[in-house]
Amino acid sequence: MRAEWIIESLLRAAALASASVSVLIFAFMAYLGYPLVEKGQLGNLFTRPWLPDQGLYGIYPMIVGTLWIASLALLFGFPLSLGYAALIQLTTDRKNAFSRFLRKVAEIMTGIPTVVYGFVGIFLLVPFIRRWLGGGSGMCILSAALLLAVVISPTMILFFTDSFARVPREHLRAVDALGGRPAQKLLYVVLPRSLRGIGCGLVLAFGRAMGDTLIALMVAGNAVAVPGSVSDSARTLTAHIALVTAADFDSLEFRTLFACGLVLYFMTTLTVTTVGVLGRRGEARRP
Amino acid sequence: MNRLAEKMTVIGAWVCGLALLGAVAVLLGYLVMKGAGSLDSALLFGDVRPADALLLRRQVFDGIFPAVAGTLVLVLISVSLAVPAGIAAGIYLAEYCPARTRRIFGHFYDILAATPSIVIGFFGFSVTIFLHRTLAPRLYPCLMVSALSLAFLVLPYLIRTTQMALEGIPAGLRRTAPALGATRWQNVSRVLLPRALTGIVSGTILAIGRCAEDTAVIMLTGVVASAGLPRSLWAGYEALPFYIYTVSSQYADARELANGYGAAIIVLILCTVLFSLSFLIRSRLARRAAGRALP
Repeated sequence: MRAEWIIESLLRAAALASASVSVLIFAFMAYLGYPLVEKGQLGNLFTRPWLPDQGLYGIYPMIVGTLWIASLALLFGFPLSLGYAALIQLTTDRKNAFSRFLRKVAEIMTGIPTVVYGFVGIFLLVPFIRRWLGGGSGMCILSAALLLAVVISPTMILFFTDSFARVPREHLRAVDALGGRPAQKLLYVVLPRSLRGIGCGLVLAFGRAMGDTLIALMVAGNAVAVPGSVSDSARTLTAHIALVTAADFDSLEFRTLFACGLVLYFMTTLTVTTVGVLGRRGEARRP
Repeated sequence: MNRLAEKMTVIGAWVCGLALLGAVAVLLGYLVMKGAGSLDSALLFGDVRPADALLLRRQVFDGIFPAVAGTLVLVLISVSLAVPAGIAAGIYLAEYCPARTRRIFGHFYDILAATPSIVIGFFGFSVTIFLHRTLAPRLYPCLMVSALSLAFLVLPYLIRTTQMALEGIPAGLRRTAPALGATRWQNVSRVLLPRALTGIVSGTILAIGRCAEDTAVIMLTGVVASAGLPRSLWAGYEALPFYIYTVSSQYADARELANGYGAAIIVLILCTVLFSLSFLIRSRLARRAAGRALP
């Protein structure tokens, strides 16, 4: 029995240690970022621009940049993904190989590395946007958002098709029995029953869009000014962390990176909790 | 009126679906078109003879061999760090822990899974600098730090797939061994784990794919543009995704750019193959489970 006890303790230790990693990340960043609060920089941090020469280290421009790029990516990506998922649903009825092909492609898309998207984006999309806007470098919010829309769409598509698949089969058979067309089935039965799943997928995709580093870093231009339009260059919180150069712990500049990390962490926790609550309520309502 | 809405839905779905499909096809098609020409042994080894490079007789400077080797070593270390911990935690979650604790732990794993990889990389970076200043003055960002940070990144995937694979085992099979007098661990190790192995393998493949593609974690924790072959756990190293990133921002000549395209194609093929393999195994499992559920 002693061996049993040891094994259980080991397994519990592994589970606890793994769970504590996410707490540890938060605690460490909060601990190292705390001097900002102490020096009364907190207000400045979220409202001021980034002007190191004048001793101003506000991350407000990066927050705005992140929100711009992530929201725009969602704006482009959501209709595309919903349409794609709807197409999968529409073509399943005919026992169509096309539906299976679409699903397979979405799965494969989750495996395409973001750095590859970023690489192609620089050499294909950025020159195109530059010509289309008729000036500038082409490295702007619009380029990043378009590319990011493609990056986050497989997450949404798979989430949507999964929630479509959870609609009870009896309901679908009822529509078939009444002679309903696939479009009617989708519009009046499947979509209304999956609203919660679609909401979850949206929140999840927003979290992914905000957390992505490489796309924004490679094609958004990384300017630290507050962007005024979609053709402006912008820097996201993630790219700001990636561009860290100072390793001097005590400098104010380095401390602000922890604030960026904490904002991202907070957003992540918020999306995960939202999805969890939405999902659980959905479970509870189902008989 | 309704008829129109239905028509619009169908048209909208086709337009959106094909637009997305087209966008991906254009992006990847462009990459393949531009990069297919550079896929030869010069891409890997440059001007050095392959045999010399593989036997470490000569260093490769203008090929991506060091980056390929770096990625392989990195993936190997981080996956072998993460897999035991992930499987153990997954077993605990599925077989030992009470439902309430499972929910709380699950929430933490979900947060870790959703934490942006740059935040995990930055965590690894700042812990390293912190240790460098306090306890271990000789510690710098290096291969080991990257591997550990990547292990944190893939840990939640491993835990979740292990847990789901174990929970998917039918109750009849689950109760047989205990009914015959087996202890809990005997049941887990002799009956449940072998049964769940396929699911666990699919999670591990996914973890390998994530480690191989991730750039944000490693760019803060020790990867460098030119380090040669990985020499030690405590030194810098090269990696394919980072190579692609550096080429895109600062390529010196056409040769290097062509190498960048080649590297991108290699990473693309590697990751898509790994991810589809993992999906394939999981859908097989799901179909088997569904088949069992029917009377």
